[in-house]
Amino acid sequence: MGLNSTRAEAERGILLTTVEKMTRWAQKSSVWPATFGLACCAIEMMSVTSSRYDLARFGSEAFRASPRQADLMIVAGRVSQKMAPVLRTIWEQMPEPKWVISMGACASSGGVFDNYAIIQGVDHVVPVDVYVPGCPPTPDALMFAILKLREKIQMGLPPKYLELAGEGRRTS
Amino acid sequence: MSERSEELLDRLTQRFPDALEVVESIDQPTVVVKREELLAFAEHLKSVEGYVMFNDVLAADWFPAHPRFEVIYQVVHPESWQRFRFKCRIDEHEAVPSVVSVWPGANWPEREAYDLFGIVFEGHPQLTRIYLPDDWEGHPLRKDYPTGGNRID
Repeated sequence: MGLNSTRAEAERGILLTTVEKMTRWAQKSSVWPATFGLACCAIEMMSVTSSRYDLARFGSEAFRASPRQADLMIVAGRVSQKMAPVLRTIWEQMPEPKWVISMGACASSGGVFDNYAIIQGVDHVVPVDVYVPGCPPTPDALMFAILKLREKIQMGLPPKYLELAGEGRRTS
Repeated sequence: MSERSEELLDRLTQRFPDALEVVESIDQPTVVVKREELLAFAEHLKSVEGYVMFNDVLAADWFPAHPRFEVIYQVVHPESWQRFRFKCRIDEHEAVPSVVSVWPGANWPEREAYDLFGIVFEGHPQLTRIYLPDDWEGHPLRKDYPTGGNRID
């Protein structure tokens, strides 16, 4: 009754790949961000999941309120000196492997807030994989950053914190 | 300024002839009070004149002038909705009396002025930093505080 398929029929249903490639594909297809909206950039970050931009096409629409369920931290906004230890703690609570996107001028360099209260670039606090320029960046720009990050994962490049720790080799 | 404000200023200058100096302002009656009489003046303003609602404590740094700081108090009469402003001028190592005993609402604004300007309020129940981390050095809204960001690299 068609239950015993022929060898030719069976071969048509098989895809050959490596475990690493398969893992990387799975990883890049579900990069879940942690919510870390700090300022006006967060508004653009929110709209990237809305129907107009629809980040769900790339599997990154599930913003998690708990760092323990997140792979990606989008630092959206200026980081104050008082927020820095909180940000670092949240980053440390995220399971590995983890990535960081620094969204906007303030998170990347302090932006116009060249004063005592603001960290002049979030890379002083956590290792950053992708920087997004703009004030604020458009949702398209953020989406481009996420696509770049997906490329990075697909290529097997290690996250920035592993690169800095001297494990800068390809994982396969 | 309205007739009502003129009357109020007349009453106050009669009550505190040596401690008050009426200053020009575009919006509301304003006086400068001597530091020694500040607490008595505040008490009078609240209990006799009825300015029971306390809005804010502000500070201004006139560096390098002397006296350097101006502490500015904003109060409101909630029935007539009249506003009133009084100031106190102090130099760098002087302190102003805290008005928390008169208006409890002055507690946090005074801590804010202490945090950002380093103005000491004598008799404040808990004069600690309110915005900045406890181990912060300096008072960032002072004119001689560096304006640039703290670059780590």
